[in-house]
Amino acid sequence: MLPLFRFVTSSLRSMLRGGRSYYIWIAFLLAWIALGGAAYLHQLRVGFVATNLVDHVPWGAYIANFTYLVGMAAGAVMLVIPAYVYHDHALHDVVVLGELLAVAVLTMCLMFVMVDIGRPDRIWHFIRFNWPVSMLTWDVIVLNGYLALNAYITGYILFTKFCGRTPERKKYVPFVFLAIGWAVSIHTVTAFLYSGMGARPHWNAAILAPRFLASAFAAGPSLMIIALTIVRDKMGFPLKDEALNRLRQIVAVTMLINLFFFFSEIFTELYSFKHHAASMRYLLFGLHGHTTLVPYIWSAVALDVFAAIVFTTKALYRRPAVLHAGCAAAIVGVWVEKGMGLVIPGFVPSPLGEVVDYIPSFTEFCVSAGIWATGALIYTLLLKAAVPIELGTSRLEPEAAS
Amino acid sequence: MAKDTEHCAASSSGDDVTHGLVDQRVDDSGTRRTFLKVAAAAAATAATEGCGIGAPTGEEFLRQHYKTLTPDDKKRIFALIEDEVRGRSGVTIHMNDPAPIDGVEFAYALNLSVCNGSRRCVEACARENNLPDDPEIRYIRVLEMEKGSLEFEEATPYYDREKVPAEGKFYMPVQCHQCDNPPCVKACPVQATWKEPDGIVVVDYSWCIGCRFCVVACPYFARRFNFVEASIPPDRINPTQGYLSNRARHKGVVEKCTFCLHRTRTGRLPACLEACPTGARKFGNLNDPNSDIRKIIESKRVYVLKEELATLPRFYYFFG
Repeated sequence: MLPLFRFVTSSLRSMLRGGRSYYIWIAFLLAWIALGGAAYLHQLRVGFVATNLVDHVPWGAYIANFTYLVGMAAGAVMLVIPAYVYHDHALHDVVVLGELLAVAVLTMCLMFVMVDIGRPDRIWHFIRFNWPVSMLTWDVIVLNGYLALNAYITGYILFTKFCGRTPERKKYVPFVFLAIGWAVSIHTVTAFLYSGMGARPHWNAAILAPRFLASAFAAGPSLMIIALTIVRDKMGFPLKDEALNRLRQIVAVTMLINLFFFFSEIFTELYSFKHHAASMRYLLFGLHGHTTLVPYIWSAVALDVFAAIVFTTKALYRRPAVLHAGCAAAIVGVWVEKGMGLVIPGFVPSPLGEVVDYIPSFTEFCVSAGIWATGALIYTLLLKAAVPIELGTSRLEPEAAS
Repeated sequence: MAKDTEHCAASSSGDDVTHGLVDQRVDDSGTRRTFLKVAAAAAATAATEGCGIGAPTGEEFLRQHYKTLTPDDKKRIFALIEDEVRGRSGVTIHMNDPAPIDGVEFAYALNLSVCNGSRRCVEACARENNLPDDPEIRYIRVLEMEKGSLEFEEATPYYDREKVPAEGKFYMPVQCHQCDNPPCVKACPVQATWKEPDGIVVVDYSWCIGCRFCVVACPYFARRFNFVEASIPPDRINPTQGYLSNRARHKGVVEKCTFCLHRTRTGRLPACLEACPTGARKFGNLNDPNSDIRKIIESKRVYVLKEELATLPRFYYFFG
């Protein structure tokens, strides 16, 4: 047990080590977490009246963020597939950093589900879970499973490296392959949660799960490009340009596929002008004078198109600043398009034809921001612990090993 | 303390012209929202003085799923609930839990030719089922439809009931259709809602976790979520309360129409039917060949809403 103890204490020490800007960053995140916590307590106290949700729009910012983040978590696997399936050694070095991102993001996903539940005190009622019929039960199972898989893989690799040994392939590679399949499953199940709803024609489409995956595999690697660049520049991680280039290629393809899927969906809905296209019309053009989402979705489309252009044009992506702007555009564009842009139109018009707009309340904003800050804090701390181990500067001393 | 909340809630609801109408109105959602916040703040103050974030009592926290309760458990829980209501509002209630009757399957039929949109059913339902007015929870939604169209997008629930029936309109009340293939039951992750042998879809308010997946899954907009801890003025409380129907619900859980099972399982008719001034509503046992409902289904040209979704409603409409 001693090496494990040392692993933990040494990691904690790494997490506390940092310069002035590091501490400012941590304090900034803690402030948001405190604000989010206070807002959540307020919501617990008064009930969901603290949100802007109503019976017509029973899900809002929390579930929108949840849906988006499931994609982020699945997107981390786009580092793993080239590294392990195609033996791409440039990406091998950064796989652990990608999987740590999945751990942080999954924690956020589970938090977003928790804050959306009216009676969190009854979470133990999952002992009577409704399996295999309820997609929500499936989602809880696959998300926790994916979290456990990633926590194990990264924990095992980092721990053996900390002990100065080479990770044994048979102890983690089978789990890596399992995680690849699992990553697809978490996002597929989340898409099925929506597409299985006969009551909601806007979601009740086969394109939903493929679109989810395409957008996830665009936004996830985009975030990785930014995260890896920070790790390289601030923490001295020897990152090969090849690795970043590979990620850039992935986003170039997935973002184009994502836009193509979105276009196919818009065409199918609007050309036939069926009545059930009302939600799509609400989203893109507004319905009966209600235009809340219109500027929002067109900004998302613009951001997606901008990202697609940057990622496919050499003169643009060669310049780091432009590449990073493209990454940010992909991250935000997909967040809008697949968060609120997907969830809210499903509720408008309501099953009895009413049009009720929704924008998050101040409480929802604070709670959501608090959860994002928590995720950022977790990822920061995990990177702080993992990078020195990967670099070989954090090692178990020989006397302790014996 | 709880009474103060009730006073505050009751005093601020008077000027609602369309009283008896449902929750969030589209055109004035801003003012209503502000109002909700004020009401909520008052409730919050009351709750803070009492029990912080309104955490459940030990018994409530550990209470088992309805289907695993023994008769003794029920007796004990019913007594606790009766005490709780007496302590809070001074009203003595009678908790009961009538079982489904063997061989009975309920169904409802509604004659659209005679419904005049008075919304008496909505009000009677609210009183019978202890539905709060602040914010308003209503199980029945009456749509004013354009003659010549069954399209909901052309309909509105926001009409003045003093002026019914309006020229060129007809009225369609919608409530839980007690589907034989209920999408809400499929959606629930914790089996807090299910279909009873007599066809009624019920919710165990003590088991629901408040995820609202069932609200999302329902094609008839029949489920309601408790956005605040509801308060009913003591003189409005219906003291005959079913564990699976009209007993008090706490904040954070979902509820719905139960065909008034505490009445219908003891041989009475649903409150909405008794209140209907035009005789548009018919209710009965599908398995009884002499029942009204059977005669209507056999002799009238009935239809169900959103048949294409294969939810198999037990709620039929007809023009007769």
